[in-house]
Amino acid sequence: MTETQSLDYDVLVVGAGGAGLRAAIEAAAAGVRVGLVCKSLLGKAHTVMAEGGVAAALAHVDDRDSWRVHFADTMRGGQYVNHPRMAELHAQEAPERVRELETWGALFDRTKDGRILQRNFGGHRYPRLAHVGDRTGLEMIRTLQDHGIHQGIEVHMEVTVVDLLKDGDRIAGCVAYDRDRGRLRVFRAGAVVLATGGIGRAFRITSNSWEYTGDGQSLAYHAGADLLDMEFVQFHPTGMVWPPSVRGILVTEGVRGEGGVLRNSDGKRFMFADIPDNYRGQTADNEEEGWRYCQGDKDARRPPELLTRDHVARCIMREVKAGRGSPHGGVFLDIAWIKARVPNGADHIRRKLPSMYHQFKELAGIDITAVPMEVGPTTHYVMGGIRVDPDTQMSTVAGLFAAGECAAGLHGANRLGGNSLSDLIVFGKRAGEHAARFARENPAPPVDGAQVAAAQQRVLAPFERSVQGENAYAVQHALQDTMQDLVGIVRNEDEMAEALRQIDALKVRADNVGVGGHREYNPGWHTAIDLRNLLTVSEAVTRAALLRRESRGGHFRDDFPDKDKHWGGVNLAIRKGEDGGMVVEERPVVAMTEAQQAIIAEMA
Amino acid sequence: MAQATFQIFRGDSKGGALQTYTTDVGEGMVALDCVHQIQAESAPDLAVRWNCKAGKCGSCSAEVNGRPRLLCMTRMADLPEGEPVRIEPMHTFPLLRDLVTDVSWNYGVKKKIAKFAPRKPDAADGSWRMQQEDIDRVQEFRKCIECYLCQDVCHVLRDHAKHDEFAGPRFFVYTAALEMHPIDTGDRIDAVKDEQNIGYCNITKCCTTVCPEGITITDNAIIPLKERVADKHYDPLLWLARKLGIGDGETGAGA
Repeated sequence: MTETQSLDYDVLVVGAGGAGLRAAIEAAAAGVRVGLVCKSLLGKAHTVMAEGGVAAALAHVDDRDSWRVHFADTMRGGQYVNHPRMAELHAQEAPERVRELETWGALFDRTKDGRILQRNFGGHRYPRLAHVGDRTGLEMIRTLQDHGIHQGIEVHMEVTVVDLLKDGDRIAGCVAYDRDRGRLRVFRAGAVVLATGGIGRAFRITSNSWEYTGDGQSLAYHAGADLLDMEFVQFHPTGMVWPPSVRGILVTEGVRGEGGVLRNSDGKRFMFADIPDNYRGQTADNEEEGWRYCQGDKDARRPPELLTRDHVARCIMREVKAGRGSPHGGVFLDIAWIKARVPNGADHIRRKLPSMYHQFKELAGIDITAVPMEVGPTTHYVMGGIRVDPDTQMSTVAGLFAAGECAAGLHGANRLGGNSLSDLIVFGKRAGEHAARFARENPAPPVDGAQVAAAQQRVLAPFERSVQGENAYAVQHALQDTMQDLVGIVRNEDEMAEALRQIDALKVRADNVGVGGHREYNPGWHTAIDLRNLLTVSEAVTRAALLRRESRGGHFRDDFPDKDKHWGGVNLAIRKGEDGGMVVEERPVVAMTEAQQAIIAEMA
Repeated sequence: MAQATFQIFRGDSKGGALQTYTTDVGEGMVALDCVHQIQAESAPDLAVRWNCKAGKCGSCSAEVNGRPRLLCMTRMADLPEGEPVRIEPMHTFPLLRDLVTDVSWNYGVKKKIAKFAPRKPDAADGSWRMQQEDIDRVQEFRKCIECYLCQDVCHVLRDHAKHDEFAGPRFFVYTAALEMHPIDTGDRIDAVKDEQNIGYCNITKCCTTVCPEGITITDNAIIPLKERVADKHYDPLLWLARKLGIGDGETGAGA
């Protein structure tokens, strides 16, 4: 084999967003040799896009908050198909993980008494999101990056993993290529932590960047690991809808936390008309109370704009479909109205939401302190992912770990805003710690040359077909259309069956993709390689969504619009069958302990 | 929908040239959209680095009509109509391919800067008390998205190639954020003077002009650092001694 570089680590972390960096830092602290592979440059991962904040029950703004309330909020938001142990660990450990970031140099916005300030967010009972204006993700990734570079971690930038290597039932490393030269690299490792993020690029309208092609989920699946809950995809209610080129870019929920309201073309705040029963007790029933909540009045209940994301997204779709949308097919999100209530309102908005101000000013030519934004749903996050042990984050393959968005369990059927950033640092740390322990106890096995050769053959095949083959971009765009139109916010049996037929046809086209030019920094080639991952996760989402005959959280079916008792007790696991086909299996939802049940009962 | 003409640099470290492409430009499109469209239509191997497409990650830095910019924040409507749009890679870093440069030098510079070193926590839970007004300035610096456009435009690097001696505006901002951090105990002023060679900067403010985050790099980061260097190393008595030709007082360098 030509130009193949071999590298050897105890722990190899794949992905350098919040979860990957936190895992690498923890593994390095355990004294093992750590490699960190990232698809882009260090510090550019999707964590930088996170805006609103990191959820942790620090109770700095409202002392009624505690990990128990956070746990209950997370379970309710996830419609009780979450893994309760993960939700518990997450709520318990998030405050310590957030404080730890300040020991590494992070600077969150402050309360008047100099502690970390917290803001309101959808589905959180009390102000819980530690934040830095609306650029919290940037603060987190930069803090982890600037700390991580001094911990002896070897970083491989712009390197993409194409296959995991195994030795019998356990992990042995992976095969990857570097973007700048197109050379293959073989990583031998005792443990591998996948922290590759989401699958948003399987859809046409998404807040995710090009990297989010379901790499970790797909790599794990093809290596024999279980996926879980893949039908639960979060469509964030507020993405930009205009101009077309920025459609899908996120508009933070923080806008609504600061008092922004949703209106239809009649000027009506339509969210008041549809408050689900299980949230009625904690939701304001008039505009005045909603505003008081945003101003920190502890006796007020939150406005319906801050209901969970799945619900708000569907309400927006309904308004648009009923012909009450905005000119470009969304609804209006108005923060400018608070100028009537806040002194120096325009300055206040610019200070609280600087990135949003900048984003709309630069990309849409709109001043959000003067006019409403147009917003609509955008594919944002996948609750499902690799099935992991809640304490160690190990997948069903020995030595293969997963953390962050590519892992499943914490969020159930719907993730609360702010629970993603805390997920990254809580479970990133756990994954790093346990991966290091695993690698110590189980040194890396030898690499199997046949597996490496097979991976190499597969990734180089598009060059043999050259430009006579299918265009990789065309196949990717066709898949995005299929998923957007047939497996999107509102689903049904017929459309999803059609989606599966189209995915099958696209697999054939993907096998015939050809690429011209050479291997150095060739985006056409990279797009071709990503197709297998996109097709794998698209099929997993579709198969699970087809099987779950109910509506719950991010999964909504107009042929089964209600929740169903049977399905409320079931998670769907996906694995590769003996014949290579995809197998979907029902698994009972992990039961809550008595103590956990008592918390839920107490908070109800 | 109007057509626009682009002259995009194609090539690698061995050489290259501007090539002409045309594509349709719809409402609201930015330069990066056009590059992607050209990629999908006629140049699948055209190399461009990008991620968020929302001005938050700082990956798609390039030079549009000679000006360092993020491609994702360059609206086509803001460029002169009817004239070809010239897109080239950043000039200050080694070229990898087409619009992509090797920016790894920046990562090496950062690693050499002494890391954050907090004082003892103020509270039993390991946390500190800080007032918002005491962290406003540092938060401004921490807005940096590491696009390295300030490094690209800085003439000490761009024209004089002092990469081995000079840290560049990005890392003065980074160092200033550490130095002004309310709980940091480190002292990087000697390094700012002798290793980062801040004296080479003659405050032309080009870096501030191109910063997509609007960080006032020169006024808020570089000048205060220069003042700290001066306070520490250029005591008035030594200055007088130098004027009188006594001893071997140090001199500040200017580029």
